[in-house]
Amino acid sequence: MEPFTSHTGIGVPLRASDVDTDQIIPAVYLKRVTRTGFEDGLFAAWRADPHFVLNVPAYSAGSVLVAGPDFGTGSSREHAVWALKDYGFRAVLSSRFADIFRGNAGKQGLVAAQLEQTDIEQLWKILETAPGTPVTVDLADRLVHCAEFTCGFAIDDYTRWRLMAGLDDIGLTLRHAEDITAFEAHRESWRPRTLA
Amino acid sequence: MAKTLAEKVWDAHLVRRGDGGEPDLLYIDLHLIHEVTSPQAFDGLRLSGRDVRRPDLTIATEDHNVPTTDIDQPIADLVSRTQVDTLRRNCHEFGIRLHSLGDVEQGIVHVVGPQLGLTQPGLTVVCGDSHTSTHGAFGALAFGIGTSEVEHVMATQTLPLTRPKTMAITVDGALRPGTTAKDVILAVIARIGTGGGQGYVLEYRGEAIRALSMEARMTVCNMSIEAGARAGMIAPDDTTFDYLCGRPHAPRGADWDTAVAYWRSLATDEDATYDAEVVLDAADVEPFVTWGTNPGQGLPLSAAVPDPEAMTDPSAKASAQRALAYMDLTPGTPMRDIRIDTVFLGSCTNGRIEDLRAAAEVVRGRTRHPHVRVLVVPGSERVRQAAVAEGLDAVFTEFGAEWRHAGCSMCLGMNPDQLAPGERSASTSNRNFEGRQGKGGRTHLVSPLVAAATAVRGTLSSPADLDPVPA
Repeated sequence: MEPFTSHTGIGVPLRASDVDTDQIIPAVYLKRVTRTGFEDGLFAAWRADPHFVLNVPAYSAGSVLVAGPDFGTGSSREHAVWALKDYGFRAVLSSRFADIFRGNAGKQGLVAAQLEQTDIEQLWKILETAPGTPVTVDLADRLVHCAEFTCGFAIDDYTRWRLMAGLDDIGLTLRHAEDITAFEAHRESWRPRTLA
Repeated sequence: MAKTLAEKVWDAHLVRRGDGGEPDLLYIDLHLIHEVTSPQAFDGLRLSGRDVRRPDLTIATEDHNVPTTDIDQPIADLVSRTQVDTLRRNCHEFGIRLHSLGDVEQGIVHVVGPQLGLTQPGLTVVCGDSHTSTHGAFGALAFGIGTSEVEHVMATQTLPLTRPKTMAITVDGALRPGTTAKDVILAVIARIGTGGGQGYVLEYRGEAIRALSMEARMTVCNMSIEAGARAGMIAPDDTTFDYLCGRPHAPRGADWDTAVAYWRSLATDEDATYDAEVVLDAADVEPFVTWGTNPGQGLPLSAAVPDPEAMTDPSAKASAQRALAYMDLTPGTPMRDIRIDTVFLGSCTNGRIEDLRAAAEVVRGRTRHPHVRVLVVPGSERVRQAAVAEGLDAVFTEFGAEWRHAGCSMCLGMNPDQLAPGERSASTSNRNFEGRQGKGGRTHLVSPLVAAATAVRGTLSSPADLDPVPA
């Protein structure tokens, strides 16, 4: 995973709450067996509308998504994170994320930064008044900068550390392989097995 | 120290307690796999030269993509076929048990695990599917994971996780006749909202929950994720043990007694506390239906489409305006007047035998409304066979319904079972998101009883709205 310290890119104001993962990428795009190439499925239904924010030229090259509360609700599909990343997004800002989406984002190097809703509203105003304004997401200092506006954001310490170091989760866990083996030695023998 | 059910299961699976802000490392007892969220995980294993650590704690089935007709033919959609074939190759390569299309144990992963007796109290259960919360009905800690986590569990049989908060959802009293587990959970979601459970494990408690069958408890836990909670649990009791006893993977003999004694110890201690508590009175629960495009946008069937102008929260108001435009509904319209094109009975929420029985009882001897298409999709091949043995297939086909094979089907429309643009469904599934059941499709979430009555009247209805069956 590529380390993330700070990123500056065009901010995209997505004025919607409850952006569920079926909106981020509809199920018909989940049939592929590869891990890349999901950008065409991103917000597929909404992109049919010429007025949708990503169809506005000033925003189309955006890399920082600024969304309403309860972003990423619904399905566990990591394809939602892949689609955002494949399109070019490096960070999503929202006042509330669904738990599974937040976890998936952290595994894939997409920063899910939690802001106060009033700060989201402020960013929406700036980005809508001056489309194409860059937003900086500074993970080291946990700050968002946009034009003259600056605010803090929340992200848990462990995820932040892992993102900044670009570390692979499985590799980290396998440092504790002995603990896993020790745990298995004490598991009750009557617990179910799928194989005979 | 007094503990809740969730805390007991969590602590029993600690491989390593995280220190300095690090998450805990939790052992996973059962990993369920299907074709959609696993191919990239298997690829990851191959790329890094890793193996599946515990194939004997892993099981796979084909459910999301599979057709529900002509299952003896190759899958017509080539992309779907490739995904299913990829699962077959991967399971063969890594030695994982797979129940393929046509196999008697094939079906929706969350129906298959419990019916095999693999889902047991006190386990940790994961799957690359958010409705893994279903298995919490047994007192297991069960939750959906993303594909990176699927690969992590394959490689290590563990997951690094931050300890969740706990929320008690107590449903006191007794449900009124004609109301079901589905109505309870839709009422809970309407109360706490789609984000209300974020960061929590829910524990459903109280007299009304205790009175539910195992299958009804699964319906409740299934939709915990629709309230934002990754997991929902119910303490195991005699109902749980009676359901499990004798199933293929349930413990036997002396092991059974040991297991039951342990399972009984899992219930939340009397003096344990929760981080949050919500109380509902079962007597207030009515048949519930959704009007909007998220599962929290629901109302009793007796109500009318709400007016966004009357909403004070600006975010809720904007969301309601958008939802009504998408759903093509006018504020003030009685829910009972909404005309339905398609009724879908099935899914991991309501595709088990009791659901089919309840719906069959309503339609038996009645005639399908001529403009309504009715799809009945059993949750698993076993459920299908049980229904056939009871003659339910004949009840449905005589009524004019399409009787199908098992799979996720129209719940998410990855297979050919989809709504056309503008088509409106009454669906026993779990999500009414925009386009969920097909691009431009409009979904009302309902119980099996409401689905069946709607198929008779052609508008959203409950069995109480139906004329008696002619003698």
